[in-house]
Amino acid sequence: MNGENKHLTHDNPFLPEPARIVRTYYLTEDVKFFQVRIVDMEKALSFNYSPGQFGMISVLGAGDAPFSISSTPSRPGLLEFCIGKAGTVTNALFRMKENSLIGFRGPYGNGFPIEKMKDKDIIIIVGGLGAAPLRSVLLYCLDNRDQFRRVSLLHGAKKPAEMIFREEFFALKQREDLECHLSVDKDDTGKWTENIGVVTTLFSLLEKIDPVNTYALVCGPPVMYKFVIKELVNLNIPKDQILMTLERRMKCGIGKCGHCAIDYIYTCLDGPVFTYWDVIHMRELI
Amino acid sequence: MRVIKLKKDNLFPFLEVISEKADLWAPVKKGDKHVFKVVDDFSKVELNTTRTILPPRKIFLPQTFSMFNISEKGYEEDFSHVTKKILFGIHPCDIHGLLTLDNFFKQDYLDPYYLEARKNTLILGLSCWPDEYCFAKSTNTHIIEEGFDLFFTDLKDFFLVWIGSSKGDDLIRLKPEFFDENLTDKDIQTYIDWQTARDNAYKWSINFTALPDLMELKYRDPLWEKLGDACLACGSCTNVCPTCNCYNIMDKQFLGGKDGKMIRYWDACTLEEYSEVAGGENFRKKRADRLKLWYTHKLQAYISKYGKPSCVGCGRCIVTCPVDINVRTVGKALLGEKEDAFWLRFNKEVTK
Ligand code: SF4
Ligand code: SF4
Repeated sequence: MNGENKHLTHDNPFLPEPARIVRTYYLTEDVKFFQVRIVDMEKALSFNYSPGQFGMISVLGAGDAPFSISSTPSRPGLLEFCIGKAGTVTNALFRMKENSLIGFRGPYGNGFPIEKMKDKDIIIIVGGLGAAPLRSVLLYCLDNRDQFRRVSLLHGAKKPAEMIFREEFFALKQREDLECHLSVDKDDTGKWTENIGVVTTLFSLLEKIDPVNTYALVCGPPVMYKFVIKELVNLNIPKDQILMTLERRMKCGIGKCGHCAIDYIYTCLDGPVFTYWDVIHMRELI
Repeated sequence: MRVIKLKKDNLFPFLEVISEKADLWAPVKKGDKHVFKVVDDFSKVELNTTRTILPPRKIFLPQTFSMFNISEKGYEEDFSHVTKKILFGIHPCDIHGLLTLDNFFKQDYLDPYYLEARKNTLILGLSCWPDEYCFAKSTNTHIIEEGFDLFFTDLKDFFLVWIGSSKGDDLIRLKPEFFDENLTDKDIQTYIDWQTARDNAYKWSINFTALPDLMELKYRDPLWEKLGDACLACGSCTNVCPTCNCYNIMDKQFLGGKDGKMIRYWDACTLEEYSEVAGGENFRKKRADRLKLWYTHKLQAYISKYGKPSCVGCGRCIVTCPVDINVRTVGKALLGEKEDAFWLRFNKEVTK
């Protein structure tokens, strides 16, 4: 795939790596799950990343777009993405069948500060598609369970049919080493067995926390942040231990095209994970 | 640095000799303005120009170029925009502009499309004389100590030639008989007199060191709404600025076939589409917000990282913006210098 060029002495960070869609299916009506493997087996197995990082997927002819990685580096070999229909690239991806070739480059961005989070309590607060990046860190914590103290998941979706990774998250309720609270804003099925109400209503179910030793990880639709952060600040969690991942603006992934710039920073290099303290100082972040 | 002399009459013959080695780009006339262009007729090369319409960036990153050829076999790198070039007649502020782009395209990830073009281009700088728009002295970019292979200071009867690199020296060695190694005291005095006169020729200045703080303090100032209301969102300021680097990428499919190209083209943060994301949401829909982003980059962000503004004082935004929004009006407004002629004019003629 790599063309010979007499001028070229640098690696080309724009060059997509051939990858294959191994498996794909619908998670909800308009969100699809993709399992992807880099074709070169050695590259596939040595590919390393941190939870919270993202990659660029390209479809020949349609272009490329950034997607957060939903799988965990603790299970190497396959990369997983959970993709909502949004533009040209996702439309093209949705049409692709298993075994199709795509391009992949990455990983990009800072990811979650796993080292700092070790031996601390972790609360993961998910709204809707926010599960895409947070599933990575959740699975990472569960795979390395002894490295973290309490792990809790507060998960909110609009309605039961819009909950992604539904079976997977319900199965987590059986685990003794995880506090798992699920909620929907509205139950239009009459069969929902868990909490009903916006995700912030789950805070009252949370066991008493040790704020100074807690990291809270938040991702969800823009409207969610304000309310969730208010709860977290009221719980006295330090503002630099409230982490959010904000990936909606990235384009090239390598800090060159300029599109994700906010004030001083490039979201794709300095983010997508920011602390609430960063957010207070960066005017346009959320 | 080695400095030698070149007789005025020998310049064009010298350019002719070196142009056999590579395409020679130089400023030529376009209407009453100037542009960088490949030249073969050396009588067309202009020595007494101010800024060109577009900055030299276009020579390294053309407005549109192909990054990859795409076919069923995958992505094949396309570096056809990289050819051997010599760029003559670039002024100190524009060389500073290139150094700023170098910093940017080398940080974090290397951008081979820019860096390869840069590596294959020799820089032959030329001194200049400020007009009423230039303010490179305020940005300290009126003098240049690095970033060129040769630099020509025009002292009327002769040029002082500063040899900045080994490749520059190789060019001299093609025609050593054109040059004179011996500088007399008189030559040196001529240079000093020229430099003093040139430094005094700047007609206005601006205090850049005060601007980062003011950008912060006046972020919510009604000034921005006023500028935003006037801005046409045409993107011209961004296209002409030598330190702007934003681009977009898209796949272009050939009609009927599966093959195509991945195209990279200049983008401008002042355009409305710039801040649109997949799904159609636009997080910087207001023109005032986009201007703030541009000026944060020029006047604040780069200073805090590299200790100097990313504006090099070329004056292009000043001569280009149809509604007088430029580093001067914005800078003076932030500084509260209400009597500045440009700010007065903006208030009087643009916003009425
Ligand atoms: S901001 Fe204006 S004066 Fe400064 S470098 Fe850019 S175009 Fe030139
Ligand atoms: S500031 Fe002037 S040149 Fe720039 S986009 Fe607005 S109207 Fe166009």
